[in-house]
Amino acid sequence: MMNTTMKIIKYELFDVLRNKWLIGYALFFLLATDTLFRFGGGGAKVVLSFMNIMLFVIPLVCLIFSLMYIYNAREFIELLLSQPIRRSTLFRGMYFGLSAPLALGYLFGVGVPFLLHDNGAHLASLIMLLLSGVLLTFVFTALAFQIAAWQVDRAKGFGAALLAWLVFAVLYDGAILIISFTFADYPLEKPMLVLTMLNPIDLARILILLKSDFAALMGYTGAVFQHFFGSELGVVLALTVLAGWAIAPFWLGARFFRKRDF
Amino acid sequence: MKKRIFKNFAIIVLLSQISIVCFAGELTVEPNGTISTIEQALTQAQPHDTIYVNKALYREGNIVIGLPVTLIGVDWPVIDGENAHEVLTVTADSVTIKGFTIRNAAISYIEENAAIKVKETLGCIIDGNRLLNNFFGVYMEQSEAATITNNEISSVAKREANSGNGIHLWYCKSITIRNNRISGHRDGIYFEFVEHSKISGNISEHNLRYGLHFMFSNHCRYTKNTFRSNGAGVAVMYTHNVEMVENIFAQNWGSASFGLLLKEITDSEIRRNLFWQNTLGVYTEGSNRLQVNDNVFAQNGWAVRVMANSMQNHFAGNQFLENSFDVATNSRQNFNTFEGNYWSAYRGYDLNRDGIGDVPFRPVRLFSLIVEKQSASLILLRSFFIDMLDLAEQMLPMLTPETLIDRKPMMKRAKWLAEVYRPEAMLGGEDQAKTFYDRNEAVAQH
Repeated sequence: MMNTTMKIIKYELFDVLRNKWLIGYALFFLLATDTLFRFGGGGAKVVLSFMNIMLFVIPLVCLIFSLMYIYNAREFIELLLSQPIRRSTLFRGMYFGLSAPLALGYLFGVGVPFLLHDNGAHLASLIMLLLSGVLLTFVFTALAFQIAAWQVDRAKGFGAALLAWLVFAVLYDGAILIISFTFADYPLEKPMLVLTMLNPIDLARILILLKSDFAALMGYTGAVFQHFFGSELGVVLALTVLAGWAIAPFWLGARFFRKRDF
Repeated sequence: MKKRIFKNFAIIVLLSQISIVCFAGELTVEPNGTISTIEQALTQAQPHDTIYVNKALYREGNIVIGLPVTLIGVDWPVIDGENAHEVLTVTADSVTIKGFTIRNAAISYIEENAAIKVKETLGCIIDGNRLLNNFFGVYMEQSEAATITNNEISSVAKREANSGNGIHLWYCKSITIRNNRISGHRDGIYFEFVEHSKISGNISEHNLRYGLHFMFSNHCRYTKNTFRSNGAGVAVMYTHNVEMVENIFAQNWGSASFGLLLKEITDSEIRRNLFWQNTLGVYTEGSNRLQVNDNVFAQNGWAVRVMANSMQNHFAGNQFLENSFDVATNSRQNFNTFEGNYWSAYRGYDLNRDGIGDVPFRPVRLFSLIVEKQSASLILLRSFFIDMLDLAEQMLPMLTPETLIDRKPMMKRAKWLAEVYRPEAMLGGEDQAKTFYDRNEAVAQH
């Protein structure tokens, strides 16, 4: 069975790598990072400027690209399902076949300029940047798979994906702000920590921020966050939660996919 | 009146010089010689004698210098307080102490034991000593016209409660403190009720609390000092007529750390300083009529935080580079002026090409007000939502202080900036101070 999964992954991998979208995606990161290095000055600044781009682009592209791919591959999926292949195997194969090249494209696009321009002084924040970018790729591809398995209708699927992106990227932070003002009289450092844990984009942002010098500016509040996210346990926990954010939608999607009537 | 006193003083100094030339004798302390201890030399010496102390380890308890003599260490003799005593206590005028290693002045919760304590004197000189692992380094009280130069003062303080200050001055006047290097004490330099003094070229770093701490010390001038990586940066309070020029305030990172904290400082000047990588560059509370000109604020968390009880302060020609927040305040009211600064966050245009942006710049971000009200929301730093809010507020200010505005923001960085501020060089371990002073020379030539 593992063999079948590998076969599907292999097929998908080649199919996706042939796709112009993915090449464009990698090139985009390559150009963005390189330009930032050329015009933006030092490595620490590049990490922070790039963080904004990454947090914006990865979720959006992963959602839309994956959805598009799955909806377009509908006939192919039906063909494969007529063969003696388990649905979960197919789902798993497709997921890794799609998310792996996306992650690779990102690693390539960001890693190469860093190798060329940076002297290794910002290794910690670079690693955090790469790691959280890859994890975000897996998270939002999984989310796309869940949506695709749940919504047969293309328009509804894309609508749901855009809504999800809007919530995670923008609205959630607005909600946090409102909460922080509503409960301003209470010590909010710990609840805020938990709240940010519940949004993968926020989680990635804070992980990167706290690996850079910015942590220190945050005063007492920053000290609380730094104390948590700066410790090994905090980083491990945050990364685990981020991974959980990939696993949960994947699992849900797999369930939908198993029960779906084609 | 003042002039006459000075004249008299000058004559006295001149006369004393003559007396030194005419009558001063010389004594040499040598463990195997006729004079084997410093104590013994002091009992035999006449006023204005010179005592040479040869290289050895001297353990003589507390040595009181009660007559005007010059003590010169030859090849770094060591005077050890054995963690039990104060080491040198100077009670006479015109004492010079030079070339000694003085160590282990005892930590005490009752006495302020120092490596060198100077009490009620005039014209003492403490030059080129190494003061290591002492409770207090130099402790001076009710003294005048002293100089403290070229000393290396370091300790390994761990807790504020049982550590003393590097250079501690109390009720002093006309003191010169130059080219000292102070580290590992509670406060690097501490002033209380000190007037008309000059502090220049000192490096104060890695102290537990403040690099420089002064209160009630009017008419003092601080130039070309470096205050780096101190627990809480630099704090100055309750003082007027202070000049702080060409100092470096760097890397004071921490949850309660400032580059420069100004509390009730009035009629003072803060010019051509560098504030680099501090949690908070300059914090002003109840400070009025300050001229804050031509400083560089680079890569700080908050560059300037002006509390609403600070009035009539003028910020001009400053360079604000890559700070998370350029200016923060706690009120919609603003009684300070900002004009002709360079802001790296400025996005305006300049149609008539006179170098001044046509659109005024509002340095207070909406987010900084939000953080001021609810500090936990800082966790949203650099999120899109916040950036969008900031953008909207920039276009149509509703909440940020209306009058806190730079109507003449510069389009380009000042020409001198490239020479003044070279972060890569500083990060690369090049001598920060040297980089800074070189470029200040360059600035002076402009």
